[in-house]
Amino acid sequence: MSQQPALSLTGVVKRYGEITAVDGLDLDIAPGTCLGLLGPNGAGKSTTMRMLTGQSIADSGEIQVLGYRIPAESKHARALMGVVPQLDNLDAELTAEQNLAVFARLYRVPARERRAAVDRALGIAQLTDRANARTEGLSGGMRRRLLIARGLVHQPRLVLLDEPTVGLDPQIRQELWSLIDGLRTAGTTVLMSTHYIEEAERLADDVAVMNHGKIIARGAPVALLTEHAGKTAAEYYGPPERLVVVERLAQAAGMPTRRTGPSISVLRAEDMPPSLTDELGDGLRRAANLEDVFVALTGEVVG
Amino acid sequence: MTAVQQNGAKPKLRFIEPSAIAGVLTHDLTIFKRYWPSTTFSSIVEPTIYLLAFGVGFGALVPVVTGVPYIEFLGTGVVATAVLFSSAFAGMFQSFIRRHFQRTYDAMLAAPVDTHELVTGEALWIAGKSGVYGCAPLLVAMAFGLDPSLGMLLVPLIGFLTGLGFGLFGIWISAVMPSIDSFNYIISAVLTPLFLVAGTFFPIEELPSWANVLAQFNPLYHCVELVRHAAFGLKPLADLWHVAVLSIFAAFMWLLAVRQMRRRLID
Repeated sequence: MSQQPALSLTGVVKRYGEITAVDGLDLDIAPGTCLGLLGPNGAGKSTTMRMLTGQSIADSGEIQVLGYRIPAESKHARALMGVVPQLDNLDAELTAEQNLAVFARLYRVPARERRAAVDRALGIAQLTDRANARTEGLSGGMRRRLLIARGLVHQPRLVLLDEPTVGLDPQIRQELWSLIDGLRTAGTTVLMSTHYIEEAERLADDVAVMNHGKIIARGAPVALLTEHAGKTAAEYYGPPERLVVVERLAQAAGMPTRRTGPSISVLRAEDMPPSLTDELGDGLRRAANLEDVFVALTGEVVG
Repeated sequence: MTAVQQNGAKPKLRFIEPSAIAGVLTHDLTIFKRYWPSTTFSSIVEPTIYLLAFGVGFGALVPVVTGVPYIEFLGTGVVATAVLFSSAFAGMFQSFIRRHFQRTYDAMLAAPVDTHELVTGEALWIAGKSGVYGCAPLLVAMAFGLDPSLGMLLVPLIGFLTGLGFGLFGIWISAVMPSIDSFNYIISAVLTPLFLVAGTFFPIEELPSWANVLAQFNPLYHCVELVRHAAFGLKPLADLWHVAVLSIFAAFMWLLAVRQMRRRLID
């Protein structure tokens, strides 16, 4: 028997005047999995997140979250999901503990369980020893951990993470990845929007590539790589004239290429014809990544 | 809602759920515990200064107004000013800051709280505070000779009802105005005239007849009348009319505030 998806969007459209932010979006997530919604700024990821909580109303299409129709039954759904927004909206003047206690009340954690829920969330945020520190005095990483813990204070079945590590330094990002990975391990369904390729690769069971309000590819990271970018890429460095020649020759041989900063990457390098290898050399071989997939699909750069 | 999760049923929710309101009030109470000294100071001291300045200073020139000592006339009238300041200003500034700068309302609406519950909770909190703060001028007036009466026990309730309307007015304005600077227009062009022609400082009977008619549309005038009647003797029929006007004002402001906040918060 097939399991009902934790959330599903069918033909969802959202317009802001002349701009179509979400354009006929079809998406579903199996319970207990983590889906990475990958796309550049303006792809429609945040609008999608807001529609799932009923804070943005779709112009057409159907949305279901945890069996509830959105927006008609969004309050039921919101009680069962946790939301971690892209922008910090913690109460800066309250302490870490007070922030969690207020949201435990808002999420209707029963009074007798509230203390334990707050303590557990402080533990998740690794802020037990800073429980009484005002939020405005916490570091960026601590605040972000607190923001995530606030979304988990009621032990939701579904968590929406909107760009959870945007703007954070690599070390803090690693810490948060461990936290998010823990959620997935615990069986919580996670929808995580991101424009960090590495984040999607590390955390997501499944990745949906979103561009101009639509899903343009969907699958496990490995499957997406195999289908759209192959196993390896060969990077060629040199002066601009040399890169132009590399690009022209590779494309003439039917090889997909993409600009990667000061180099040209030839995708599916494992399939490169010997004659081309003779002309260009081996280049710097690396494993293909989701960024290659994204560029191959859209011709645009993520981020 | 917990039962829903266990058995999979989808019970009908009430239009306004007490637990959602309680969540909003918990947020307000938590913030208040942190800032009560400064909030209370400004809400009580400002009207008290009006009372002392006009009551003691002007009262020396005009000892009696409508049959009562001026300080007592003023003391009962300034209750409305205290209520206005503590409700309309809180509604405007607090709501704007939480919605626009802190994005607290976005966070709350991601929880099982709807816009109309958010607005209702915020307004109830503001009204509760106004009901308490409105009593301060009355207590000061007592120190200057105003005799306590049983009817005065109604003053917190009058302050609550008036504060509810003006708190909602403030929330509505916070969602209408594009910036905090724009509030100056409302303060100068709406709130100041309202409190000057509410019968706080002088009886409105002294004004031209057209101003008397206009005063009937000023909710603050009805608050002033109710407080004076509570202090000096209730007039049941007239007081029911005043309560009705204040109730209609609050209900109308609730509709406007919810509608405008929904426009701002839900896209």
